[in-house]
Amino acid sequence: MTDISYPLYLDLAAGLFLLTAVGVLWRHQLSAMIRLFALQGAALAAIVAILGIHQHSLELVLVALGLGVLRAGVLPYLARRALGDSPAEARETRPVVNVAASLLAAAALSLLAYAATRPLVALAPSPATGILPAAVAVVLIGFFTLVARRRALSQVVGFLLLDNGITATAFLAAAGVPLIVELGVSFDLLLVVLVLQVLTTRLRTAFGSSDLDELRELHD
Amino acid sequence: MNGTALISTAVQVLVVVAGAPLLVGLMRQVRARLEGRAGAGIGQPWRDLRKLLRRAPATPTGTGWAFRLAPLLLVGTSLVLAAVVPLLTTASPLDRAADLFAIVGLLALGTVTLALAALDTGTAFGGMGASREMTILALVEPTILVAVFALSARVGSTNLAEIVTTTQHDPLRVASPASLLAAAALLIVVVAETGRLPVDNPATHLELTMIHEAMILEYAGTDLALVELAASMRLTILLGLLTSLFLPWGIAGASLAALPLALAAFVAKVAVLGLALGAVEVFIAKLRLFRVPELLAGSFVLALLAVASSFFLV
Repeated sequence: MTDISYPLYLDLAAGLFLLTAVGVLWRHQLSAMIRLFALQGAALAAIVAILGIHQHSLELVLVALGLGVLRAGVLPYLARRALGDSPAEARETRPVVNVAASLLAAAALSLLAYAATRPLVALAPSPATGILPAAVAVVLIGFFTLVARRRALSQVVGFLLLDNGITATAFLAAAGVPLIVELGVSFDLLLVVLVLQVLTTRLRTAFGSSDLDELRELHD
Repeated sequence: MNGTALISTAVQVLVVVAGAPLLVGLMRQVRARLEGRAGAGIGQPWRDLRKLLRRAPATPTGTGWAFRLAPLLLVGTSLVLAAVVPLLTTASPLDRAADLFAIVGLLALGTVTLALAALDTGTAFGGMGASREMTILALVEPTILVAVFALSARVGSTNLAEIVTTTQHDPLRVASPASLLAAAALLIVVVAETGRLPVDNPATHLELTMIHEAMILEYAGTDLALVELAASMRLTILLGLLTSLFLPWGIAGASLAALPLALAAFVAKVAVLGLALGAVEVFIAKLRLFRVPELLAGSFVLALLAVASSFFLV
């Protein structure tokens, strides 16, 4: 990889990273959301791998490999298993904020991220910090997905988007976190998804749907 | 210099007028073949036009100038667009008018005249089609303007010829995120603006689902031929505009020698894009009307992200 094409590849990976986050808000189908999340995991791994190759750091490339396996492979697989195969559960039928409005909200959040990270980018302008706004935008969009969706599984995807964004921000702004911390976070993430998978199954057997609004009141 | 520019532009207009019905025929033929039908052949739209042009137009009683003027204005704006947009040559004598805002305005002018004509007939379907078309136009317009802004921000000009020339000199620009996002946004918008699937079904016979067809239900004879010709020209021009903005190779400058090559490149690019659109249309169904704003809001977000990345990722 030459030094001239390095910013180009990084920009493309970051573009894909942000676009998949917007795509999650765009789609109703839960299976499509999971596919987009897997694609985003691949984009995140690509960002880290490009950084690693550019800095000639074997450690970063290995971390990228691990991230790719976990976020483009294992987590989407677990989420798909939690999805089950009942057709009534396959769609986000009535989100709290409708799709058109949440897309506009995503646009506003991206602009907010660009505005908020400008001082950070100005500290050390480089191609890597240049795409920091995209990572922060993914954090905000993930948080928005958590708030604006009803199904347990789409909230899980929102949470995972949030974490993808945080990981990308860490790698872009601080050239990565120590390997042991990254491993710990990844392990936590795996556990969270496993626990939520069990929770979704319990919800479905108890209420017949995975709509988290059903949990609003206490019953005996 | 001025003479060659005039000749190139004349060739460009002729190619668009002659080729537009062929493009529509090609797209229908692809669809027919993929659906397992024989199809009517690529020349069928021209045969339809010839038949319609021989018949006298009939105007419904009670309609006024808006109804009579619309076909002429629609063809007029399409002809101006065909002369202005750099499809074959960047050296159009109307170059100073080839501003992207002016082009968006001309497109909107055509759409609005047709909607007014549909309202003028006073029929239920005409009014319904017009109101739907205006809903879509209101969502499409900001997207086009914002996407255009993303493209022009890097070049520093909204002149089309200048954008095309700059992209020709710097091909890597096309692969930047800003350009890719703008391309995706513009593709969705072009599909909506020309009334193709999944926004509108051009082959529908069910009045309740029509948008474009509902507006032209009352036209007959020569008027109908003009409206159909203008619609196919707009499709050709918009697809050509997409290829010029994002795949500008082969477009000639001021010299006549490069014109045959430019012609071949233009025909090939638009035909491939038309084939791809026709093939994709087989696999998708029309969206519910209430889902269309979601699609267009998505394309607006793409355009907005394109602008953001063209400013911040430099």
